[in-house]
Amino acid sequence: MKKPRVCILRTAGTNCDAETAFAFGLAGAQAELVHVNVLAAGGRKLDDYHILALPGGFSYGDDIAAGKVLANELRCKLRDSVERFISAGKLVIGICNGFQILVKSGLLPGNAQWKQEASLVINDSSKFEARWVHLRIPESVCVWTEGIGRVIYLPVAHGEGKFMAADTASLRCILDKRQAAVTYCNEDGSAAVYPANPNGSQADIAGICDATGRIFGLMPHPERNVQSSQHPLGGSGRKSSEPDGILIFKNGVRYARKLL
Amino acid sequence: MIYRIEVLDKPGLFDAVGEGIARDISDLGISGVSEVRYTQVYLIEGEVTRADAGRICRELLADPISQDYLLCDAAFCEPEQPAGGFSVEVAYNPGVMDPVEESVKKGILDLGIKGAASVKTARKYRINGNISASQADSIAEKLLYNKLIQHIVRRGAPSSHPPSEYNFHLSRVRIIGASGAELRRLSSQGQLFLNLDEMRTIKAYFSGIGRDPTDCELETIAQTWSEHCAHKTFRGRIKYSESLPPSYKGRIGSRMIKGLLKSTIIKVTRELRKPWCVSVFEDNSGIIKFEGRNNICFKVETHNHPSALEPFGGANTGIGGVIRDCLGTGLGAKPVFNTDVFCFGLPDYSFKDLPAGILHPKRVMKGVVSGVRDYGNKMGIPTVNGAVLFDEGFTCNPLVYCGTAGIIPQDKCFKKAGKGDLIVVAGGRTGRDGIHGATFSSGELTEESETVSSGAVQIGNPIEEKKLVDTLMRARDRGLYSSVTDCGAGGLSSAVGEMGAELGAKVELDKVPLKYSGLSYSEIWISESQERMVLAVDGRKADELIALFAAENVEAAVIGEFTGRGRLELFYRGNLVADLDMKFMHDGRPDIEKKAVFKLPAHKETGKPCPSDLGPALKKILSSYDVCSKEWIIRQYDHEVQGGSAGKPLTGVACDGPADAAVVRPLMSSRKAVIVSNGINFRFGRIDPYWMAASCIDEALRQVVACGGPVGRTALLDNFCWGNPDKPDRLGGLVRASYGCYYAAKAYGLPFISGKDSLYNEYMYSGKSRAIPGTLLISAVSVLDDVSKTVSMYAREAGDLIYVVGLTRDEMGGSLYYEQSGLTGSSVPMIYPAQAMKIFSALNRLAAAGALRSVHDCSEGGLGVSAAEMAFSGGLGMEISLADAVYKCADKKRRRNDFILFSESNSRFIVEISPEKKRVFERELKGLSFSLIGTLEEHGQLIVRGLDGRVCLREDIAGLKEAWQKPLRW
Repeated sequence: MKKPRVCILRTAGTNCDAETAFAFGLAGAQAELVHVNVLAAGGRKLDDYHILALPGGFSYGDDIAAGKVLANELRCKLRDSVERFISAGKLVIGICNGFQILVKSGLLPGNAQWKQEASLVINDSSKFEARWVHLRIPESVCVWTEGIGRVIYLPVAHGEGKFMAADTASLRCILDKRQAAVTYCNEDGSAAVYPANPNGSQADIAGICDATGRIFGLMPHPERNVQSSQHPLGGSGRKSSEPDGILIFKNGVRYARKLL
Repeated sequence: MIYRIEVLDKPGLFDAVGEGIARDISDLGISGVSEVRYTQVYLIEGEVTRADAGRICRELLADPISQDYLLCDAAFCEPEQPAGGFSVEVAYNPGVMDPVEESVKKGILDLGIKGAASVKTARKYRINGNISASQADSIAEKLLYNKLIQHIVRRGAPSSHPPSEYNFHLSRVRIIGASGAELRRLSSQGQLFLNLDEMRTIKAYFSGIGRDPTDCELETIAQTWSEHCAHKTFRGRIKYSESLPPSYKGRIGSRMIKGLLKSTIIKVTRELRKPWCVSVFEDNSGIIKFEGRNNICFKVETHNHPSALEPFGGANTGIGGVIRDCLGTGLGAKPVFNTDVFCFGLPDYSFKDLPAGILHPKRVMKGVVSGVRDYGNKMGIPTVNGAVLFDEGFTCNPLVYCGTAGIIPQDKCFKKAGKGDLIVVAGGRTGRDGIHGATFSSGELTEESETVSSGAVQIGNPIEEKKLVDTLMRARDRGLYSSVTDCGAGGLSSAVGEMGAELGAKVELDKVPLKYSGLSYSEIWISESQERMVLAVDGRKADELIALFAAENVEAAVIGEFTGRGRLELFYRGNLVADLDMKFMHDGRPDIEKKAVFKLPAHKETGKPCPSDLGPALKKILSSYDVCSKEWIIRQYDHEVQGGSAGKPLTGVACDGPADAAVVRPLMSSRKAVIVSNGINFRFGRIDPYWMAASCIDEALRQVVACGGPVGRTALLDNFCWGNPDKPDRLGGLVRASYGCYYAAKAYGLPFISGKDSLYNEYMYSGKSRAIPGTLLISAVSVLDDVSKTVSMYAREAGDLIYVVGLTRDEMGGSLYYEQSGLTGSSVPMIYPAQAMKIFSALNRLAAAGALRSVHDCSEGGLGVSAAEMAFSGGLGMEISLADAVYKCADKKRRRNDFILFSESNSRFIVEISPEKKRVFERELKGLSFSLIGTLEEHGQLIVRGLDGRVCLREDIAGLKEAWQKPLRW
């Protein structure tokens, strides 16, 4: 079977590129690490891929604000190719720093082109925190979370992950348009407080998608739970056969196959 | 044109940075602060229109959702803040690297705006409330800035000094006719830290060639011969004498030691001849075999002196440096995890008792943790294992150990620069930072250290190093260079000097890329600017290599070549500024002989009776800074990045229990895993460093074993942090610790693969020099064939059986239980290798067979702490009986509940076994010391029955957990 091609975009400070590529590989895609300079210089063309993945890390040191400099670069230097990619019905995922980039470039929630409508700001605890969190998958338009339906368990590791919409109306809009794709919750799915909501995000939002459901960003790291050895409780005592994180990658790859 | 831009959170929004500082201010004991508002300041200078400046604010610098900005056409904005409260603005000193500047410049260029020539940043803190000017000064000094790298910006004062040009002038140092006193003065004024013998040897060398040295030559020799680089104490002769009773276990006998390292640490490795040791004690880290095509390397470094003066920068560059050790091993290893171990003064130490020139332990700790967090997280290397210890003895000299392990293909483990190879420096540019780091760390700290040695302090730029890793690995795999090493202490002098020790090297110092002009040739040569690597490159491959770096914005430059002439020849703009014989540099150092003495200290044992309820004592130990939860630190480190984390530092049903060791899968496609642990206990060293060392090795090994790691595939690293080795009593302890290492490692069959020492950890104030408690860190690394065989420490299921494996002895000396009553004691825990090895092997077999539900090692706080941690991490109760535990004591009166529960005897574990595995388990351990002491229960209490069968401890596990979590829940 032909495999969808994934462009894993990296630059100075990207650091989850290899494991994200590995996860896409497990899910049945062919992933390639591509430096932003190569893309900007035309050494690779975004058109040749079906999925654009923005992995975690500290792009450009997260100087100014997390993801800001790469978001600015995408918006200013890769605008045309990204627009063409999106309008061709292709998929985008941003994980952690990648989510921050998607939000700060205006690609998410994406209701106004390239205009930032939401933000991810410093955690209420005012520090970087790594911990495993439970996540609810509300009913949404997101193709990446389609059909998961149950509470999943993934690690977060960030200092600037507090989701904030421009105002209550735009938050309402994200919720009403079913763009809140992943929310922090307790183990039983009930509404979270700190540390279950690790950063103070509005409406417990951990990840959102655009109106088409094809562009998806989240703070938690699905690529860090694609093998049973990565789970904090190991393989023991867990009923589900597949690690939670892989479900997201498989969804993306399944959808992308239709584009082949 | 200059623009000042201030960016701050919108009114009404939660200012997380400000809130954090407000909490720190209240920790200082200053009340009355109602609010702290944080403002990020940017100063942009250049040909930029006001409209463009506005775009820069809107589109780049201020977050449109959460922040407002103020744009002014001057270095300061008007009007000033309203009265009441204070504003403090902090900027970096000239010459200190500010990584944000480069990112902002890039962002501005990406916007299509050219002409921004310089960008500077500053942080402004608005402190509102009822505080005095002196309180504001105190807040600024204690929390907001460090004068070594930063300054308070005053209105009207120039924000920066224009860089000055450097006018070449060859400077020579008169040494040929110098008297002894003059030689001494030369050494101390020039911060060379060389003794008279060494200075005389240098004088003789230059008399022989009939000229005085240049300043650069003298600096080069001082750096090469520094304790930091030459390890004179461990390699020189030591006349050792000890006075110990004839019956004392662990006598080594008075003797002349020719090379302490060779007689102990390296000797173990030579004698054991493990076939899986690939490269030991010869490269920047030690290499062992891992799986089919890849090996693992591991190195632990210390960065104590810099961390004492500037905790964030010291720890930051400490971790950066050890990562480069890994990059500079063989032809370069990819870093896969970091470790960190710290020793600090007490976090609640009184401010008024603090000696002059010393930062408060809490500030040191917060700074150090931030430094490791910043560098490790940004590098994308998981920080997976560590320890933190506290004692008043570390107030002036905190210890910061940083470790990095890497994965390296088998055919890339060795390197050799060839004659004619070009010398290439890659990575960060060279500046005036870090000058004299190598020699500075080879002397004691004093009240003046912070002014004299401020050049030795710097901060790192992890993203620069991340780019270097990314590109270097690609260059390695394309075979573009023949050798590589890191630029660490001693800078280019050390890196080029070592790489060219055989061949000789010629360097044109004006070819080295500089951060700013004004550096002299000597400064270029010895600068310890971070994030640089030196490579030996075949001339035909140089262009390809430099292009590969450039493609990802890494700067690399050819600065010279390896000549084959056996000399070190340095040029600056065509002028010869140094010409030294490599042989003299590396072999010309005079042998030194040091004296060492050891006698047993006299510490009393307790006369206090055993309390009837041991609950309060257990809670007190759980709440001691050494034992209590380090979650506040651990969560700030990304321990999952790279996806290889299998055994987490925080484990258990709520992911908050203390794991014994970390388990990492460096290759996601392989089932093989690396286990890493550490052993450290300076308290035992107060009685006898020999047994301290043996206990540290036992601790590191038993933590590996507790996680299922095979003894036969375990290697060790040693890191000694000690006082001034020129003082015989300090050196006596160091000798005993080294021999203790030999005894234990040999008996357990564990080779040392690498190590490092940091000496002169003393602080001179009010006329007296105080040394740290001699501290040895043993790091263990082991290879586990199947990651699914990992064992962890938290209780799994009610009804399971609880065993204690290993013999508990009357060894209360140096225990935390004794410390709670102000005692040290004399009965230090020893090791009994014959029995211990059988226990370790049996547990290895049981782990491989999947027969162990959970295992937790017994360390500080003994059985009591171990049982409590296992129970509360699993959310289950536990009932145990001390009468059933095997306990050995010579004196019947010392057969007491408290001693059995809190003795810190080595080689012991608490093990959970499901009832159906009882027979298998007991059969495997037959003939060894072990006993069934209890069961896991649903009731959520820890219940301990004493020797008389009565309950001597009954506590809710929730209460125990709270006692354990509370102290460092900051």
